[in-house]
Amino acid sequence: MFGILKERLHQKYRTLDYPAKEPFLPERYQGKPTLDFQQCGTCSLCQEACPSQAIERQGEAIRLDLGRCLFCGACAKACPQGAISMSRNYQMASFCRTDLVLSPHTKEPTPEPSKPFKTPIFRRSLKLRQVSCGGCAACEADTNVLGTLLYDLGRFGIDFVASPRHADGILVTGPVTKNMAQALFDTYRAVPDPRIVIAVGACAISGGLFAESSECLGGIPEEIPVDLYVPGCPPNPWSILAGLLALQKRL
Amino acid sequence: MTESFSFAWHTPLALADLPVYQGENFTAELAQKLSQGLRLIALTALEPHAAPTPLLAVLAADQEKRLTAFVSKPLERLPSLALRFPQCQLFERELSEDYGLIFSDHPWPKPVRKTPDSGIQRGKRYPFFRTEGRQVHEVAVGPVHAGIIEPGHFRFQCFGENVLHLEIALGYQHRGCEKLLLKAKAHQRLPLLECVAGDTSIGHALAHAQLMERLEDLTCSERAWHLRTLALELERLANHIGDLGAIAGDTGFLPSSAWNGRIRGDVLTMTAMLTGNRFGRGHLAIGGVNNDLDAALCAELSERLEKARRDALGSVKVMLKSESVLERLRGTGALSLDQAKALGLVGVCARACGLARDARLTSPLTPSPNFAPALAQSGDVLARVLVREQEMRASFAMVEDDLCALEEDESREPGAEHGKEMPPHTLALAQVEGFRGEIVHLAVTGEDQHFQVYKVIDPSFRNWPGLALALRDNQISDFPLCNKSFNLSYCGHDL
Repeated sequence: MFGILKERLHQKYRTLDYPAKEPFLPERYQGKPTLDFQQCGTCSLCQEACPSQAIERQGEAIRLDLGRCLFCGACAKACPQGAISMSRNYQMASFCRTDLVLSPHTKEPTPEPSKPFKTPIFRRSLKLRQVSCGGCAACEADTNVLGTLLYDLGRFGIDFVASPRHADGILVTGPVTKNMAQALFDTYRAVPDPRIVIAVGACAISGGLFAESSECLGGIPEEIPVDLYVPGCPPNPWSILAGLLALQKRL
Repeated sequence: MTESFSFAWHTPLALADLPVYQGENFTAELAQKLSQGLRLIALTALEPHAAPTPLLAVLAADQEKRLTAFVSKPLERLPSLALRFPQCQLFERELSEDYGLIFSDHPWPKPVRKTPDSGIQRGKRYPFFRTEGRQVHEVAVGPVHAGIIEPGHFRFQCFGENVLHLEIALGYQHRGCEKLLLKAKAHQRLPLLECVAGDTSIGHALAHAQLMERLEDLTCSERAWHLRTLALELERLANHIGDLGAIAGDTGFLPSSAWNGRIRGDVLTMTAMLTGNRFGRGHLAIGGVNNDLDAALCAELSERLEKARRDALGSVKVMLKSESVLERLRGTGALSLDQAKALGLVGVCARACGLARDARLTSPLTPSPNFAPALAQSGDVLARVLVREQEMRASFAMVEDDLCALEEDESREPGAEHGKEMPPHTLALAQVEGFRGEIVHLAVTGEDQHFQVYKVIDPSFRNWPGLALALRDNQISDFPLCNKSFNLSYCGHDL
């Protein structure tokens, strides 16, 4: 007993006062890419270097789909003009799929909705059911870690629950394998309406590296409308938390 | 060809040099090798189309640190070895599912990755094993589980609280990785393999890098090897610390559960300081690594490592001093040494049964590993905990050594190089001890710098049957604890 208490004193209080304090991100962390369309030439080296086909050339300029991006930085290394750089911005969750596509025509993401979103009843108590549909366990791990001491998700009133019947929404990871499609639909329907759907990771948003696989549906199917997209492969836990808090504000 | 044909684990072999056996002789040869105590590394088809197809068997003689391999003439039907050598059963089932091969007298001819819900089984019920009896009941769990965890279906045949039999039906995570790998361009392969099992990104990427280096005849600098083993052992540390915390959580010992969750995060942060990514994505390159450390960063990592070591050892010590924790772990989910051998278990689960299997010993990455595998004898959850605790200590020491060596060495890692072209029709293997156990990548090259076969065998593929067996005669409430102590990958199995 005394041993446990002594160890407890040593292990200290570790929860970060987020969002009042900014989290520690390592020097080499690669966040949201920034594109300088003025610098972009006519080559397609970035497109060739991209392992997940997140970059497409559209006429004069390129477009980069954060929903497919692995944040590996291969495009930034390949670009001879220095038009692509990886920023340290970890807040890149979006309420709208089209906001994830960076092109010269991308507007600044819509910050606040014009009308109240769905229902305000979830604002201070949001219960989510996680469904892994072919996720490689990285997105799952970085979602799960939000329950640990540093993040302490519970203090924001957000919890992961065991049954979809107890949940206000689902958080989906993975490219949605054919073998999980039925289970995903069943879980979605088991959540009482109004319900929230959150897509975490490139796979859930677009299929990611598995977009072309004949065994996957290429991310969450259209029948399940998504309310929040958190890009990344996997997204940093702070990106997921920032996304969840942004969603909570909208509710 | 002589009967004692064997080769060193790191040499690629021309396919034409392998002994070829006709029909039943292939099975006879395989049975003979297995009865001599060799371990089945892989059993796979050599052509990407349906049967008849030639088969390739690779076996390991762990004592001698040698491999042996042989192929068959194109086959459609062959006798099953699953009953005599249970380690063959999943490989045979995989071959019948993917290539339509028929293994006659297979005792358990069930799908591997076709789930009970999959369209392929439509109209036909999944052939679950059932126990009949007045007081026998069945419990079905999954594919969607209570926690944040991958999907799988578990079906328990229970008599009261006791589990008579557990059947595990997987396949929900099947993404078609191996098919994608054959089509992928060279620069897509590493990112894909890093996603085979996300928590083993470094392990699988390292296996691929090694395999490519063997095919392209490339050697890495010593500095690159330090940077690789550093990342591999950090991965092991993070996962072992997390697993020990999860086991503490399932015994209801919340202090260590909470602390270890946080300390695991600290180790992932160290990986991110090295690679930019918490799972080490993008660190490995063919012929080298993509990230280096300068002296200042080495010193900072050493400092963080020291803190993490103190915290982790303290947390686990408190847990292992608690009699209530030990009482819960002792004797739960036990496997015997013979069972572990028969099933061909690897990694922590095998070593917990006293089986000294560790790819760091049998196919070491660096010339002279100063290393002894961590062992326990009782084969229960406690043994798996103790093996993890020892390995955690060893990995802390290995990371420290790597950091010291990197800090003293003033050279800089030049990064990836280009090797020779891959020779056609050649077999190459890579075995890497990931945190779960031995990861095997096997490739056979075709024409034009393409792969004809690329086989990924995650340790989970070998160890899932161990979990099913461990549950027998245990209480159904022991399942979460047993499951955590095995901590197997669903996507690594389903691919």
